[in-house]
Amino acid sequence: MRLPFSDMYNRPDERNLLDRTGQGLIGKPLDRPEGPLKVSGAATYSAEWNLPNCAEGVLVLASIPQGTVREIHADPVLAMPGVMAVIADKAMVRRSAQGTAGKAPAQDVTTVEYFGQPVAVVVAETFEQARDAALALRVDYDPAEKPVPLDPESPQAEVETPSDSKPIEGGDLDAAMREAAFAIDVSYDTPGHASAAMEPHVTIAEWQDDRLILRGSYQMLSHNVKEIADCLSIKPDKVRIIAPYVGGGFGSKLGITHEAVAAAVAAREIGRPVRVVMTRQQVFQTVMRRSETRQRVRLAADAGGRIVGLGHEALVSNLPQEDFAEPVTQATEFLYGGDNRLLKVEVARISRLTAGSVRAPGEAVGMQVLEAAMDELAEAIGMDPIELRKRNLPATVPVEGTPYSSRMLVEALEAGAKAFGWDRRQPTPCQTREGDWWIGHGVASAARVNMMVPAEARVTLNPDGSALVETDQTDIGTGSYAILGQIAGEMLGLPIERVKVELGDTRLPAGAGSGGSFGAISTGSAVMRACEAIRETLAKKLGCEAEELQLKDGVASGGGKQQPIAGLVQEKPLAETGSIKPGKTAKDFSQASYGAFFAEVAVHAFTGETRVRRMTGAFGFGRVLNAKTARSQCLGGMVWGIGSALTEELAFDLRDGHLVNHDLAEYHVPVHADVPAIEVILLEERDAAASPLQAKGVGELGICGAAGAIANAIHNACGVRVRSFPLTLDKLIDQLPDPFAPATAKVA
Amino acid sequence: MKAFTLDHAADAQDALDALGAGATAIAGGTNLVDLMKLQIAAPDRLVSIRRTGLDQIAPDGEGLRIGALVTNADCAADGRVRRDWPLLAQAILAGASPQLRNRATTGGNLCQRTRCGYFYDTTQACNKRAPGTGCGALGGFNRIHAVLGTSDACIATYPGDMAVALLALDAEVLTQGPDGERTIPVGQFHRQPGDDPSRDNTLLPGELITGVRLPAPSGGMQIYRKVRDRASYAFALVSVAADLAMEDGRIARCALAFGSLGTVPWRDRAVEQALVGETPSPALFDKAADVLLRDARGFGENDFKIVLARRALAATLAEATLSNPAKG
Repeated sequence: MRLPFSDMYNRPDERNLLDRTGQGLIGKPLDRPEGPLKVSGAATYSAEWNLPNCAEGVLVLASIPQGTVREIHADPVLAMPGVMAVIADKAMVRRSAQGTAGKAPAQDVTTVEYFGQPVAVVVAETFEQARDAALALRVDYDPAEKPVPLDPESPQAEVETPSDSKPIEGGDLDAAMREAAFAIDVSYDTPGHASAAMEPHVTIAEWQDDRLILRGSYQMLSHNVKEIADCLSIKPDKVRIIAPYVGGGFGSKLGITHEAVAAAVAAREIGRPVRVVMTRQQVFQTVMRRSETRQRVRLAADAGGRIVGLGHEALVSNLPQEDFAEPVTQATEFLYGGDNRLLKVEVARISRLTAGSVRAPGEAVGMQVLEAAMDELAEAIGMDPIELRKRNLPATVPVEGTPYSSRMLVEALEAGAKAFGWDRRQPTPCQTREGDWWIGHGVASAARVNMMVPAEARVTLNPDGSALVETDQTDIGTGSYAILGQIAGEMLGLPIERVKVELGDTRLPAGAGSGGSFGAISTGSAVMRACEAIRETLAKKLGCEAEELQLKDGVASGGGKQQPIAGLVQEKPLAETGSIKPGKTAKDFSQASYGAFFAEVAVHAFTGETRVRRMTGAFGFGRVLNAKTARSQCLGGMVWGIGSALTEELAFDLRDGHLVNHDLAEYHVPVHADVPAIEVILLEERDAAASPLQAKGVGELGICGAAGAIANAIHNACGVRVRSFPLTLDKLIDQLPDPFAPATAKVA
Repeated sequence: MKAFTLDHAADAQDALDALGAGATAIAGGTNLVDLMKLQIAAPDRLVSIRRTGLDQIAPDGEGLRIGALVTNADCAADGRVRRDWPLLAQAILAGASPQLRNRATTGGNLCQRTRCGYFYDTTQACNKRAPGTGCGALGGFNRIHAVLGTSDACIATYPGDMAVALLALDAEVLTQGPDGERTIPVGQFHRQPGDDPSRDNTLLPGELITGVRLPAPSGGMQIYRKVRDRASYAFALVSVAADLAMEDGRIARCALAFGSLGTVPWRDRAVEQALVGETPSPALFDKAADVLLRDARGFGENDFKIVLARRALAATLAEATLSNPAKG
């Protein structure tokens, strides 16, 4: 079927087709169809498959930071009850694959690169036996002769400019800083983060002759197939991955990781299916971390509050040779003006688990610091922080000159301010006290790059008037099932009950996968394209032009004719595979989702405990596909923002590099009591450059700057500016005003 | 986890027999099972004491006797506890989560072990877990560790809340053992580490906690203030349990206990003596803090606890004694 557009998304699709269809599904806050299965326990998560004769594997982690495995004392362990094998195969991996890597060359696990790296897998009849044996396994090591440092701040740490991250320079920042009416030069640091997905990493591997089936918890199946095949030196078409339900990923399941490879290798060796479930502690120690960052932000502004100079330089870390470097300045590139610029990321080579994508890599920590620094500039100028932001939105992307596809930042700041009641904020700190609590308010912009990636999906319209959407797209709790069904129902004029969505199986066409906020718009566009092709056929069968065709409630009409859709399909289903690939629109336009955060916090006058009392977020990300799942994404992002602002921090012991707080008891994510009323405002817009859906990504937007708003609110409350996240009470108490001092404040 | 057997004791004597034969008692298991998964505890024989009938709350003179098997949830919800010993209810409700409190018991909670990360990580040195290996937390990441009652061998805290309230309330731990019954003041139940951190408390081999006795209610103002990194489901950084009475504008009587500040629930009578008979003021609170913290020693990341304890004490005393402490 010939469509008016090619696979490559080379020019904006401004037909806005979804505004002309009539089913009324798009944007509706429909429930997730798999929700009842999940809350009733009927959705089969990866560890829950009961395969006959399945053995259990448990990973053994290195207890030294760097060196080589001299000997694994397997014999005593093999004599333990139920133990079948102790495996340290060359195919196993030391490092998780990065997102979209599509490769994961076998890595010799006898070399240890970081404390906690898996060095073996123990296989037994039961999980308890395997875990017992894994604990009992004695491994002798030879420490590395020339270890790399454990601390990114170590003078011995090699610092590199990452290959894919060229510094952005323009004008003369130093001179701008010297001559500016107002200048801010501040250093912030943010700690490492764990993804902390609810479901731990798990794989059940089963070989059927030379074919491998993995049931596991992954985000990007079509890439994961290639990665596991690469490890095992088999052809990707011999691998099938089944992952219909994934209990969260947040970046940690983008690439294939240790347990999947270990399960496949073990299953091959013992000739039985093998399940490897990582313990919570193992997930923390081995899978993926967000790098800590040290960020220097320089802002120079003229007397009118216009930014003339902007510097954002970051030091992040990763293992030697690892390509990924937390792209801290990603949104700084396009967000605010200032011709004199220096944006730069450097990476220190250290020995810690792989740093990779965790919850909005780049913007999550970059925006929280930039937005805190913007607050400092607003304070220095004496200008309302919203006004400062509005005054500094460039017409085109600085240095590059690229136009913006759409930008709802001003609208978000204004809508959010109105809903939040920003006009009641005290402009100077320490003005409002309620009992023992200082109350303050803060604002921050939100920005996250928009990405489309290649995706395919098959849509089948059946003779009974029902439709089936099929793709290997995953649903990691985000709403893929709901949204893809809505797009198909809308395009084909079917009630949502008539649309079935099947996901998470690599026998289906390759979707985008879940990551980078691109799943919905990429795979959704592929679904839309497939439906367009079906519509062409239906129009032809009805005898009208495609543009005239109206599909609604199972009835096709156009050109003065009308017929049930089922009647047009007749006995043979209509099946089309839709495809989308990023094209010129990705380069011709700066594409990003925008928003604004507002936070009210209370800081305890005596103890420095900070509690977020309410938050408002307003977001513009193109067309809203499902108001409920989009709201949930924004809400969840803001909850992560609370964690990033107040509690989350990976604590490494710098003597041996081990992660001290490797579980959810001591790595503090926000709990219900930390999460107050959060208001989410969705701003409808159309961004035709972003996708044929006119939608942009929303998955990660809610975190990108949220912690900055909280930091700014803390300063507004008690006058303390802490430049080291998380803003725990120990960093505040020394600087708090005397709690007994006569307050200049009015008591609320 | 090591393979183990599990038996149910029908009554206290049955349990004692099992303990005498080398079994380890399990009640709610909220801590022990975690320790078993990590093989920090590796008993081959468990005896469940959940069916021993020690799950009653009963009057005891003017006081109250709380059975060892009374769950934290039931204890905190008991009308008598809430009315006469609100400090205890507050402290229990400040800990863990509803699910854990439904399971955790009064006796078990007293025996919960430290949250020190070096204790839980079997790749690390820990004198409490593996005597003689050293203390990883000294010179390591010790943000949650103690500043009082530490030794060169151990700086881990007792992490719980309930025992801190019991300490301020002058409660007693009731035990039964091979040599009969004992009554141990809560203040003598937990052990400072000294040179043997492996023993958290003064329970003897084969001895079983049967309950806790609260003395007659004090009728004072009772406040449990728990300072922590998040609003719920986090161990205290510092907690303060106060039971205080005022008379003619002066502090007539006060009991103060502190959690997560020392290696054991911490009570220092000298602090109370510094306050009794005095007119409350910020300066007085500071003086009391000076006494409390005179021997406090930080180990790096936990230095802030010394400042925090001072401020948390001031906040608690201000709340208990000043009519409107927030106003300047």
